[in-house]
Amino acid sequence: MIPAAFDYARPDSLDEALKLLARGAGNAKVLAGGQSLLPLMRLRLASPGQLIDIGRIAELRGIRDLGNGATGIGALATYRDVLDSDPATGNHPILAIAIPIIGDVQVRNRGTLAGSIAHADPASDVPAILLALDASLVLRSGNGERVVAVDGFCHGAFATDLGEDEILTEIRLPASPAGVGMAYCSIEQPASGYSMVGVAAVIGRSGGTISHARIAITGVADVAYRAKEVESALLGSDGGAAAIAAAATHATDGQTVGSDFNASAEYRAAMAQVHTRRAIEAALAAID
Amino acid sequence: MTTDVLGASIKRVEDPRFITGKGRFLDDIKLAGMTYMSILRSPYAHANIRSIDTSAAKAMPGVVLVLVGADIPYNPLPMAWPAGGSAGIQNNVNTPRVLATDSVKWTGEGVAAVIAETAAQAVDALEAIVVEWEPLPVVVDAEKATLPGAPQLHENAPNNVVFEWTVGDKAGTDAAIDKAPVVVRQRIVNQRLIPNPMEVRGDIGLFNPGTDEYTIWMSSQTPHIQRLLLSAFVMGIPEHKIRCISPDVGGAFGTKIFCYADMALCLFASKALDGRPVKWVETRRENYQSTIHGRDHITYLEIAGTREGEITGVRVKTFANLGGRLSTIGPGIPTTLYGRVLAGCYKIPNVYAEVTGVYTNTTVVDAYRGAGRPEATYVIERAMDLFADEIGLDPAELRRRNFIAPDKFPYENPSGLGTASNGEKIYIDSGNYEPAMDMALATAGYASIDKAKADARSRGKYLGIGLSTYIEVCGVAPSKWIGAVGEGWAAAMWESANIKIHLTGKVVLTMGTQPQGQGHETTYSQIISSELGIPMEDIVVQHSDTLGTPFGYGSYGSRTSSVGGTAAVKAAGRIREKARLYAAHMLEASVDDIEVVGAEYRVKGSPEKKKTLQEIAFALDLGFSLPAGMDPYFDETVYHDTPNCTWPFGTHIAIVEIDEETGKVDLVRYVAVDDVGKKINPMIVDGQLHGGIAQGVGQALWEGAVYDDDGQLLSGSMLDYAVPRASWFPHFELGETVTPSPVNPLGVKGVGEAGAIASTAAVANAVIDALSPFGIRHLDMPYTAPKVWRAMHDKEARS
Amino acid sequence: MTEQVRLTVNGVAHELTVEPRQLLVHAIREDLGLTGTHVGCDTSQCGACTVRLNGAAVKSCTVLAVQADGGAVVTIEGMAPEGGLHALQNAFWEKHGLQCGFCTPGMIMAASDLLARNPDPTDDEIRHGIEGNLCRCTGYQNIVAAIREAASTLRAGAVPAGAHD
Repeated sequence: MIPAAFDYARPDSLDEALKLLARGAGNAKVLAGGQSLLPLMRLRLASPGQLIDIGRIAELRGIRDLGNGATGIGALATYRDVLDSDPATGNHPILAIAIPIIGDVQVRNRGTLAGSIAHADPASDVPAILLALDASLVLRSGNGERVVAVDGFCHGAFATDLGEDEILTEIRLPASPAGVGMAYCSIEQPASGYSMVGVAAVIGRSGGTISHARIAITGVADVAYRAKEVESALLGSDGGAAAIAAAATHATDGQTVGSDFNASAEYRAAMAQVHTRRAIEAALAAID
Repeated sequence: MTTDVLGASIKRVEDPRFITGKGRFLDDIKLAGMTYMSILRSPYAHANIRSIDTSAAKAMPGVVLVLVGADIPYNPLPMAWPAGGSAGIQNNVNTPRVLATDSVKWTGEGVAAVIAETAAQAVDALEAIVVEWEPLPVVVDAEKATLPGAPQLHENAPNNVVFEWTVGDKAGTDAAIDKAPVVVRQRIVNQRLIPNPMEVRGDIGLFNPGTDEYTIWMSSQTPHIQRLLLSAFVMGIPEHKIRCISPDVGGAFGTKIFCYADMALCLFASKALDGRPVKWVETRRENYQSTIHGRDHITYLEIAGTREGEITGVRVKTFANLGGRLSTIGPGIPTTLYGRVLAGCYKIPNVYAEVTGVYTNTTVVDAYRGAGRPEATYVIERAMDLFADEIGLDPAELRRRNFIAPDKFPYENPSGLGTASNGEKIYIDSGNYEPAMDMALATAGYASIDKAKADARSRGKYLGIGLSTYIEVCGVAPSKWIGAVGEGWAAAMWESANIKIHLTGKVVLTMGTQPQGQGHETTYSQIISSELGIPMEDIVVQHSDTLGTPFGYGSYGSRTSSVGGTAAVKAAGRIREKARLYAAHMLEASVDDIEVVGAEYRVKGSPEKKKTLQEIAFALDLGFSLPAGMDPYFDETVYHDTPNCTWPFGTHIAIVEIDEETGKVDLVRYVAVDDVGKKINPMIVDGQLHGGIAQGVGQALWEGAVYDDDGQLLSGSMLDYAVPRASWFPHFELGETVTPSPVNPLGVKGVGEAGAIASTAAVANAVIDALSPFGIRHLDMPYTAPKVWRAMHDKEARS
Repeated sequence: MTEQVRLTVNGVAHELTVEPRQLLVHAIREDLGLTGTHVGCDTSQCGACTVRLNGAAVKSCTVLAVQADGGAVVTIEGMAPEGGLHALQNAFWEKHGLQCGFCTPGMIMAASDLLARNPDPTDDEIRHGIEGNLCRCTGYQNIVAAIREAASTLRAGAVPAGAHD
């Protein structure tokens, strides 16, 4: 219940934070809301030598309307901030659907989307949501800034592309294609509330055929992934029940489906199909 | 006497401190010079300890003491219920150690303790202790543990068998089953549970070097029993040298009945530190590994009867997992409290049970809310549904045909409760089962359930309904029966109450029982207010401290209102009698002419000649004028031994819906009609039922302690053990019938466990009913979505 | 290494010297002696430690004291107006929304966040609004009733809100 001792720094600026992080040489961890890191530290499953608390860095706060339907979510924006943000939920309605099932009220009041994706828990809902939205991530280090696609950012369970000297400063959500519908369908592991399977779907229809499909699945494999076989099966189809069901059968194509004492790989695979179908149906139903 | 206060839903008198954050739980207590203890626990489920090196830990900042098993003068904890006496455990009692010395038997057994100036320093120093382990083979399953070749835990327990206990008429039951036209057999697993009171356990030990006396604060249901056990059986000192104090207890559900290693450790450590207080509070993970678990039975059931639905015999063989060593009353739970109530509320003539208690490399198992009775109820209520299914009879109708009739009470239970060697018997006190079931069926819409099922199918759901027509034995227990029946329970079961009336007019009721959230202070105040005619605000209820309370056996087994409540009633009666005598003296009247109206003691026919109880107390406590033979002061203590147990009953009905694609089970309605006799405070009674129902539903749908084959507790934190949340439950619909218990003057039966005993089977039967279209007749709990989905698909694949 | 932390707790300013690893809940309980905020688990599941930090309900076992530096904390001890009870406290008492009382402070603090955002919640919204808080005694039924009752009282405006709401 009591974390191992660590050094603590609370820089006021991003530059200062990046300097400290570079000096920390892999022994330092960045602390934002702490809702993923602090529980691990309390159980002493993580014992970083230094915490760099970025919580007071003004430039990491807030949610920016980037114009034309695009949104920037600062590293310190909590789930609650996102839910309360008109540009975020207005431009990307899946956020208003999916975020209320993440954690609980208290966790959503402190936890951040950026912290979650940087933590890369394979059962987190956030990576699937961001994948379906084609998000990109702004990574800053002392050497400058790079912007990477969220697809490919997570390498494995709790492993990402984030360098030891980098801080994830912003999540950028591009404008969604006009007329898409969005949905998130999941089944939770009851104790933790994490998703055993979660499926995010952003679907567009044009002239009677499916013209846009982004399907992302979490909880199933080591890393949340774009279900591209589902997407390609769906694109160009009529979006009818048969086409959706056929597309959903590809939900775990190419994936190594995980298993634990809560749910077998077989169950996860089956639920990936069920929830892919449900998410597509719900997304289509959400098209105005 | 006033009656309006008894039976009224009065707001609880203990609540103001809790709603303002001023409750005083164990961890809220801070003493001058306090030190903090942390315990190093075994990472292995079964291992020999080759060596322990504590030298580095001793050198860590703030560390004042490090203890290992060899430092403890007398290491084994006591065990108080060697089931079956001469027929039960003989020479293979292996109890938890204060700290393990040679070997560990489960993951989480304590092997060393660090005491430091701060809690953080104590935890830090644990990491510096080096233990050399020799891992040994592991067995976690009770049935497998008894098989040839299984890893052996204790040399004195071949095949890991603790005891083989039987109850009932074997020959008669065998014959009944042999000749029955219908016999249904089923293997049933009642999975292991982690009780999860929201407050974990903890202790503060304080040694007084000046007097050689110890004080221990403990989050406990049984401070008096702990004083007895710690003094006579662990510390080897006289009972009067220990004072046990149980502050506000944040839930317990059985887990805080027992004598734990940490209690003794805090006392030893405080003495070693020449009287510095030593506090230990477990973490939730420690709670999951080292505080008791519950249930964990594997049962082979046979139920026999006629095609017309007359049940003629039940035969049960149960493997009861007791963990790596024996907890304080562990062996008593799957024997007396399980085997003897297997017949439920049915007039089954032949019942026979064999119970094999087993050691495994798991956390010790003992009483968890219901303790044996939920396991028995689960077996018999599943059995009734299995039998009904076999003969094609409606499950409610089968129950109706086999209920003990209302004119048969007191009823002698054939599964053994009436078989004491010296003629002492326990009867089912009173009952009237059909009205409760009829009310529940009507409320639940049982008659039109087929329509509800069809409607659910149209939404992609399978709907099921399940009944549990439970009874339980509460209000334990007549001491003479406990002593006579050969159960080996090394204790009595009476309760105590003391009433004093202060000179300034306040009534103080002091009890040997110990609340954990049940609202004793309110309930007892209502009893005393009713008995003495004094307003509740003039009554103070005290408990929880062995200094100043009469010895009592504590609160568990739904016994407090029946046994403790009766002690309080009797103590009030003695106060009234003395008050009448003294009123006669004050009023210069014959005692036969004094009538008692509420708190007024009047001369019959001259209502203006009267004294209130508080006026009488004032004069009596002063003692200026006493009649011959009368002592001053109101101070009456009663030790009450109950003449019998009490038997609440009722019918619970669950309605569930199962998602055809995911297997997810939703509890959509829950109806409970309970008969707990008379109610002292219906609001509190309903609250007890709500909480019990939620725990029982939790077992059916979500909860389960899971070990891997290496004995690692996979469900080792709240992230993996599903303690139910608010949104998982519907609004529980409660109803009641009232059949007063003749056992006690209050007519109460007890309610602390009823909900937990009834609800698991109701939900299980509902889930199986929902799965009946798949040809599924039984499935073991918990009904998690993956498990139910698997069962549906297995059946689909086969058909 | 220690840090200086300024906290305003229930309207009272404090300056504490803490180790960086000290959790907010321990600062509240051990340093300030406000023991109404409880610790019930070690994985952020139970919510017994819930307080309001700068208005938002948080699990104080999952916040470092140093993170809360400069913040305003309201604990259960700060809910009641002088000499009275907050509507939530009163409703928990009236509706028997507690048994052992251990989860109650966290439950009330979480409920106060819920009602601040949603003054007229449905039962379903209440049940989801307290999803971060575990109770093992009540089956939640009377907790839901209490929050519903408190919402009604607060909407009617008959009872003054808490001192530091």
